[in-house]
Amino acid sequence: MAISQMVGASIKRREDPRLVTGTGSYVDDLPQTAIVHMVVVRSTDPHARITGIDTTRAKEADGVIAVFTGKELLSEFGAPLPVTDCFVPTKKYPKHYPLAIDKVRYVGEPVAIVLASSLSAAQDAAERVEVRYESLPPVVDIEKAIEKGAPVLHDEVGSNLSYDVKFAAGDIEAAFREAEVKITQRLIQQRLIPIAVEPRGVVADYRTWARKLTIWSSTQIPHFVKVWAAVILGIPESDVRVVAPEVGGGFGSKIRVYPEEILTALASRRLGRPVKWIEDRGENTKATHHGRSQIWDVEIAAKRDGTVLGIRPTQWLDLGAYCSQFGTFQVLGMLVAQGAYKMKAFDGRAVGVFTNRTPTDAYRGAGRPEATYLIERVMDLVARETGVDPVEVRRKNFVRVEDQPFTTLLGLTYDSGDYRITLDRALQMVDYQGLRREQAEKRKQGKYLGIGLSTYIEICGLGPAVPTQAAVGVSLWGMSVVNVHFTGKATVIIGSSPHGQGHETTYAQVAADVLGIPVEDIDVQHGDTAIGPMGMDTYGSRSTALDGNAVHISAMKVQEKARKIAAHLLEAAEGDVVYEGGKAYVKGTPSKAVTIQEIAVAAFQTSRLPKGMEGGLEATTFFDPTNFVWPFGAHIAVVEIDAETGATRILRYVAVDDCGTRINPMVVDGQLHGGIAQGIGQALFEEAVYDEAGQLRTGSLLDYLVPTAADLPSFELEATITPSPVNPLGTKGIGEAGTIASSPAIINAIVDALAPFGVKDVSMPATPEKVWQLMHRNGGTKR
Amino acid sequence: MIPAAFDYVVPRTLPEAVAELVKRGQEAKVLAGGHSLIPLMKLRLSTPSFLVDIGRISNLNYIREEDGHVAIGALATHHDIEFSDLLKKKLPLLSGAAAQIGDPQVRNRGTIGGAASHADPFGDFPACLLALDAELKVVGPKGERNIAARDFFVDTFTSALEPDEIVREIRIATPPTGSTGTYLKFSRRSQDWAIVAVAAQVTVSGHNVANVAIGLTGMGSRPLRASGVEQALRGKGAHDEDIRAAAERAAEGTDPPQDLNGSPDYRRHLAQVLTRRALEQITAHH
Ligand SMILES: Cc1cc2nc3c(=O)[nH]c(=O)nc-3n(C[C@H](O)[C@H](O)[C@H](O)COP(=O)(O)OP(=O)(O)OC[C@H]3O[C@@H](n4cnc5c(N)ncnc54)[C@H](O)[C@@H]3O)c2cc1C
Repeated sequence: MAISQMVGASIKRREDPRLVTGTGSYVDDLPQTAIVHMVVVRSTDPHARITGIDTTRAKEADGVIAVFTGKELLSEFGAPLPVTDCFVPTKKYPKHYPLAIDKVRYVGEPVAIVLASSLSAAQDAAERVEVRYESLPPVVDIEKAIEKGAPVLHDEVGSNLSYDVKFAAGDIEAAFREAEVKITQRLIQQRLIPIAVEPRGVVADYRTWARKLTIWSSTQIPHFVKVWAAVILGIPESDVRVVAPEVGGGFGSKIRVYPEEILTALASRRLGRPVKWIEDRGENTKATHHGRSQIWDVEIAAKRDGTVLGIRPTQWLDLGAYCSQFGTFQVLGMLVAQGAYKMKAFDGRAVGVFTNRTPTDAYRGAGRPEATYLIERVMDLVARETGVDPVEVRRKNFVRVEDQPFTTLLGLTYDSGDYRITLDRALQMVDYQGLRREQAEKRKQGKYLGIGLSTYIEICGLGPAVPTQAAVGVSLWGMSVVNVHFTGKATVIIGSSPHGQGHETTYAQVAADVLGIPVEDIDVQHGDTAIGPMGMDTYGSRSTALDGNAVHISAMKVQEKARKIAAHLLEAAEGDVVYEGGKAYVKGTPSKAVTIQEIAVAAFQTSRLPKGMEGGLEATTFFDPTNFVWPFGAHIAVVEIDAETGATRILRYVAVDDCGTRINPMVVDGQLHGGIAQGIGQALFEEAVYDEAGQLRTGSLLDYLVPTAADLPSFELEATITPSPVNPLGTKGIGEAGTIASSPAIINAIVDALAPFGVKDVSMPATPEKVWQLMHRNGGTKR
Repeated sequence: MIPAAFDYVVPRTLPEAVAELVKRGQEAKVLAGGHSLIPLMKLRLSTPSFLVDIGRISNLNYIREEDGHVAIGALATHHDIEFSDLLKKKLPLLSGAAAQIGDPQVRNRGTIGGAASHADPFGDFPACLLALDAELKVVGPKGERNIAARDFFVDTFTSALEPDEIVREIRIATPPTGSTGTYLKFSRRSQDWAIVAVAAQVTVSGHNVANVAIGLTGMGSRPLRASGVEQALRGKGAHDEDIRAAAERAAEGTDPPQDLNGSPDYRRHLAQVLTRRALEQITAHH
């Protein structure tokens, strides 16, 4: 197979046969004997003091082995659950233990665990645990949380304010003095529930005689869990193994160390038996973290010609009841809110508050959907106010290709990109001018067509070690091991932990091209801390930019060693030997080649190696790039509103994305399909609704509306390719781009459709009733 | 998501099934397709200690025409109803409604007897049965009785059935020629329960509406008839203006709920829009 055949090929995902035939092994499928089932008793009160827990009746129930409360286990927690800096090192936050100790702060908070010989026995007994609550008034509103006299969640913090910090650069006062147009707008990022197809689940097995702990968890971060389980449980890290088996999606919701990972391990250590906990869907909607839950207020300074001079955004972030491990990661939205545009000044303020709701943390895009929604709505608001076409407003403000690498006001440097090319192509695809004419025609007939643009950029590939250490509090890099076996087949071990992204396929493609070994003969392993060194796992569209490139670099190192061995075998000077397509030969005589199989044999029959060379054909890489990667693209949604019911129908959805080199275009398209669907979910359907009493009203899939294929149009996807200059493969990220781009495209389209009714904003989700009310609030009169 | 413990029997005949119900009293529940009952049991919102599975009683799954009636066995599934040639021809309202229930899995398992007995105000069949003046044949320890649809649906999840009674058959008078129907359902996603839905059956003779029946889903604690619309249109012309004026009365006498999917006002408005659209759709064929 010639070089560069595999990278760029849409081969079928090798993960799929086992997944679609149901033979993949998720946590719940692991064979285990003598297993103990754990059920978590959860708070039914959003804010209350625990005045007593009576476990007597539960302990007496059939099949029950043990029941533990937070107070009983407190002395065994060597540390609280971890919290990282994530852009706000000065934030205040409380200690958070896996079980509530004397107070509960959200519905769904773990209060006690019941361990029994069967799941049904555990569930029956859990209903017999009597928790006495002294209810306190709940805080369920971001703004009310920090009003004077609001009930305080954490006495140790003193108020519900975690932080109030500035992210500013440039002279904002001058920008507003120069402004001919000033706009103020509130934008809502409603609370979302991530809903991975597989809820979480853990099996923990502490072997008393060996003092070794294994945790199988449906997680995105087995390597992080290993470190933190060791710290919290007081077990040497070398005695902890964490495995992420088949993981059915995460979307950020499995990015943190969770109470149940610690609780199963503790229980297993106490009982000397493996302990299993599987989250059910109802639990999943409360016990697994939520996303977004923010209010953004923005003031815009612009000129009549559509030039944006500066913006002054405030992000009010609802942390929920505690600060989750990456709970302030969404503040990244502030850092990248400048988007694809130049401006003179940026004056951002980020405020984080506690409320009596499920903690929030990363959810697909984490900060970038919020930033993109903000800046793309800003572009449309400016267009509306000035009368300049939204396309022209974007073109006028775009960072130009001549400006690349462009440094933003807040000091981030974009790696590459010509934002006009994706926009131009998307406009062509929808026939923008034709659509505008059609829109005008239809309006005359009382039909409301809307066109919405979103020309996003995205920061991903987290990241270079130095800036991520400074910003997040963790040095992030990519890791791989490439190991060619005796028979010439290869194993690739990666530090990323895929849970639907297809790394087993795409990274085999990467290694196949460098080594010239058929892709079928390359196995990719991941998600088990016992088989590789450290890894930084999978989130933030980071894996291919880091671990994927680390695979390339390790494979190159192996290739170089193979070439040296070949030179020795061919009795030629090293400099004369070339390696190509799985063979090495002296330049000019490809017929007298040694194959990778022959080289591999020699690598292990070490007597045949050059003097001084170590055996084996293996390389390890920790890859630390020089910058983040910055994919970009243009999405256009065309919608029609049913004027009588307010229902939105998406007529077309066009996306032109640039994620640099596409290793497997089909996998890229798959990520985009899912991503766009999820962003449309936020724009039209999804919202975690709490009532004033602090109860979640959308705690099942009956009420929390995730879109299905039947609710979505066929997406029309195209691509441009601008290889990233910061990694050898030229790849950027694509795992979150669809979600980041699509919500503003849809909302911009709906607002555009409703322009005749004087509508300037619709909050997400744009439900039919909400749209209908906006159209009819003035008795349906059009302007 | 595990039901509380329960016992289970599978009777082979209706009398056996009734006998089991009598024996177990209030503790027992009939199990048909299980697509309403089992979700409730998994959430432990329903905790019967005894299930009488009627799914394997023979002669309860049929759709046939006999003496001026269409007779549907209680175990006919939503799928059977959706694809029945007889119903598509004679009662497109019912087959059309079946096609809009849930997703294929739900339609393959759910039964019309279960959907009726469950008396969910957001269920799709109840409003259809009401509009079609259906009759439910019910067996119990005292023998058989017939209950008219208008008496059958009492309140949210409450029917006129006694705990030891089983719906055996649903009977609908075969509509005369010139009579046809449609079911228009408005929901946020394609597979959702209705926010509001309208079941319309209209008999047109010449240019006049000889008869009209409108059933409403989601407009109260049970399915309702839009009698204002029916009065306004019965015996009148089937012109656009007539239909428009009549449809405006669709929400009269209703008491629509407030929930996450819609306010009472919005539901009233939807009832009018859907009624008008249903009537326009039916009369456009004439
Ligand atoms: C995901 C999902 C989506 C759905 N979407 C819709 C929808 O859009 N529209 C809609 O209308 N429905 C919907 N349903 C409900 C579905 O139609 C059910 O099948 C139906 O409501 C109940 O029929 P069943 O045969 O499953 O009854 P079961 O669940 O077996 O029983 C329901 C109740 O009726 C009683 N019962 C059953 N049969 C009899 C009988 N012959 N005599 C006396 N009592 C009886 C039972 O004791 C129980 O109380 C949905 C269900 C699911 C799971």
